[in-house]
Amino acid sequence: MLNQWFPNVSMEDMVTATNETLYMTLISVAGTFIIGLLLGLLLFLSGPGGLWQSKILNMITASLVNVFRAIPFIILILLLFPFTDFLMGTIRGPNAALPALIIGGAPFYARLVEIALKEVDKGVVEAAKSMGSKYSTIVFKVLLPESMPALISGITVTAIALIGYTAVAGAIGAGGLGDFAYFYGFQRSNWDVVFMCTILIIIIVFIFQFIGDLVTRKLDKR
Amino acid sequence: MITIKGLSKIFQTKDQEVRAVDDLSLDINKGEIYGVIGYSGAGKSTFIRLLNRLEDPTEGSIRIDDQDFTSLSKGKLRLARQEIGMIFQHFNLLWSRTVHDNIAFPLEIAGVPKAERRKRVDDLIELVGLKGRGGSYPSQLSGGQKQRVGIARALANNPKVLLCDEATSALDPETTDSILDLLVDINEKLGLTIVLITHEMHVIRKICHQVAVMEQGKIVEQGDVLDVFLHPQRQVTKKFVDQVMGDPEKETSMKLIKDNYQAGEIIRLHFVGESTNQALISEISRKFTLDVNILHGKITQTQKGAYGTMYVQFEGEQDEIERAIQYIRSTSVEVEVNPNA
Repeated sequence: MLNQWFPNVSMEDMVTATNETLYMTLISVAGTFIIGLLLGLLLFLSGPGGLWQSKILNMITASLVNVFRAIPFIILILLLFPFTDFLMGTIRGPNAALPALIIGGAPFYARLVEIALKEVDKGVVEAAKSMGSKYSTIVFKVLLPESMPALISGITVTAIALIGYTAVAGAIGAGGLGDFAYFYGFQRSNWDVVFMCTILIIIIVFIFQFIGDLVTRKLDKR
Repeated sequence: MITIKGLSKIFQTKDQEVRAVDDLSLDINKGEIYGVIGYSGAGKSTFIRLLNRLEDPTEGSIRIDDQDFTSLSKGKLRLARQEIGMIFQHFNLLWSRTVHDNIAFPLEIAGVPKAERRKRVDDLIELVGLKGRGGSYPSQLSGGQKQRVGIARALANNPKVLLCDEATSALDPETTDSILDLLVDINEKLGLTIVLITHEMHVIRKICHQVAVMEQGKIVEQGDVLDVFLHPQRQVTKKFVDQVMGDPEKETSMKLIKDNYQAGEIIRLHFVGESTNQALISEISRKFTLDVNILHGKITQTQKGAYGTMYVQFEGEQDEIERAIQYIRSTSVEVEVNPNA
């Protein structure tokens, strides 16, 4: 039946492309999570009323985040070519997409982290202070655990945006389902290939959303 | 135990400066339950947060157990705070931790080893009456139970002082009473000094030994709870006393009483911190051949005994009435014959 409906779809190519998309997504989500979390914490802690309140630090971080969030992703990839070449030694393939994906995703996630941390009950932070907590204890034992459901649902949203970015990166030769749909589907008028790639991307998105929701629900004891 | 001298806290807003706490001096003795009462905006919340330096004072000094709190460095302040427990109006528990882990949190901060932590937490859970709830999350508890967790958490590091920031204001009257009972129990068992702020005179009456009335950042009246109840000086204090006692002038119509009860004598009895003469009425009716008719009154219990006023009518031989009055005068109950008010 597969041959009848999707005559141009080769199973082997699809598996390769799916693997490439999953590889790019997983690595970039991990990188985005770490860098975004650090930037988000920096934004929150240096902000007004934060533990490390500092106008200068807050301004620098906020500008950095805003600038990189403002650049359209396709342009960001092009701008980062020299950096990618220096870092990865190539500007083609899944690995070459990673710097752009992380630099594009982290500022977006940083803002979500900042929002999540702002939602933590100030009274709880005050209680921790009254017990004689160090700032690091407040960050690791109060702020992060208390905002964990929002941090996880935030990374889920970011991950799905990143799946979209991997497809865009495909258009300039990063590999993955986007690349395959564009070069083997669209350019050769094999619409069944485009269609199959779309279905696979939708399935990946659904799986990410499902896992994200499940983990969020499990963690939320409110 | 706690000595406060010339304490001030000034908040700078855009167009004016607000003196939330204004040149406040106070002594709190060891083992005492010290209540600070005031309406919202009186500065009592700022005051209690100055005690463990959640707010830094603008001026003045705080000494707790011979340690100058106001000059402590950040690191020393952290250690000193571990010896001061605090409970809050909205409990401020970590929702992500179980009851057990919430109580263990201050022990983690103090670096207590795990095995010891577990034992201490179990003891505390028992002390506050939450046995069997250690594995629950705060969202599964009622308000009163949450405050019990808050109290256990505040006691974890064996503090010298417990600060209560409107600890019962979010609870219903019955739960409030059970939490207050627990605080008295802890005060007696552990000899812990408790400083509490509240806007409910009921709380002061029920558990405090000493009270200070705050208005506009200043303490306008302070002393023994009973003295303040008995001789409120300021209007604001009278209002707070009326919260518990009702306004006697409004409620007692002497004219009505005198019109309705013309025989014998009308006597006003004033109970001030009585613990020995509480059976006075039955004693009089037993010792003297009199009919005692209770007309009006309200007696309430404080930490120092019963307090309140009662109007009674004595009916019988005039000599017998005189002798009964003489007898009451020999006790510590104050008596007034044929009162006007």
